[in-house]
Amino acid sequence: MALKASEIKVGDTYSEEVCNNLSRTQIVQYAGASGDYNPLHSDELFTTEIAGYPSVFAHGMLSMGMTGKMLTNFVGDGRLSQYGVRFTSQVFPGATLTAEATISALREEDGVQFADIDISTTDGEGTQVIKGTATARIDP
Amino acid sequence: MAVDKFPVEAGHVMMFARSIGDANQIYYDQDYAEKSEPGAIVAPPTFVQASAQFDPDYFLRPKIGQEWFGSAKGPTGITQREGSGGGGAAGGIGAGLHAEQRYEYHRQLMVGDVLKATNKPGETWEKEGRRGGKLTFSESITEYHDENGELVITATSVGVRTERPATSGD
Repeated sequence: MALKASEIKVGDTYSEEVCNNLSRTQIVQYAGASGDYNPLHSDELFTTEIAGYPSVFAHGMLSMGMTGKMLTNFVGDGRLSQYGVRFTSQVFPGATLTAEATISALREEDGVQFADIDISTTDGEGTQVIKGTATARIDP
Repeated sequence: MAVDKFPVEAGHVMMFARSIGDANQIYYDQDYAEKSEPGAIVAPPTFVQASAQFDPDYFLRPKIGQEWFGSAKGPTGITQREGSGGGGAAGGIGAGLHAEQRYEYHRQLMVGDVLKATNKPGETWEKEGRRGGKLTFSESITEYHDENGELVITATSVGVRTERPATSGD
């Protein structure tokens, strides 16, 4: 499950398609679970007529959550010590997102091994929607 | 966000994992979770965002008996006053957009934990955007402690306010 320092090297990558043709219903599902009911994410009338956006769009935190799924599948459960992202582009209904992790460094701190990871999530057109980093505790 | 009591509940974790499309059994299957390395149902990495559910004043949730800025019969439920210029409801999105989010995990968050969240402001800075005009960024740091006072997660959120909707073509 968890990564092993002896089996990975800097530059190794792992990727997953984390959503396919993102539905408005999944965005609503995220609103309900997270508690963020900002109408910009589910209310087309408000979003186009009042807020002036072309359409509702996903919560940044939904993209981060979906990207986190790729990350925990890669490093194992309960292994993250840091996870941070910038939301570089909005994600609209219909998006298909692929999240990729690249090992950027392997290091030891107080006898514990860690992998530093670069993260990039892109949509079907190749536009990056998330850029980030993570650190995971790994096995020797 | 500041929250006095954020109980990490199994049903909530299951719903949250479903909403991010994560079918990992560790988020809903007690038997599986007990045999896993963490030994219990754990929370997904971004779960503490759902502490909003336990913030009685969270402004992005409709409140009983209050007007809601999203659409109702018309495009906004906020009653427009005569001569107000019609832009009032857009004030509801005054929180701006989410630009960055970072988490530091001091230990794994598990079902059964009860967290207390305290909030402090971080840095503020400005930048000239290409599409949205002047951008104002501001950082907010939330610390989540467990019932023993142990720090579990530090969350840093960066919000950005734009002069115009950031995706408009002009």
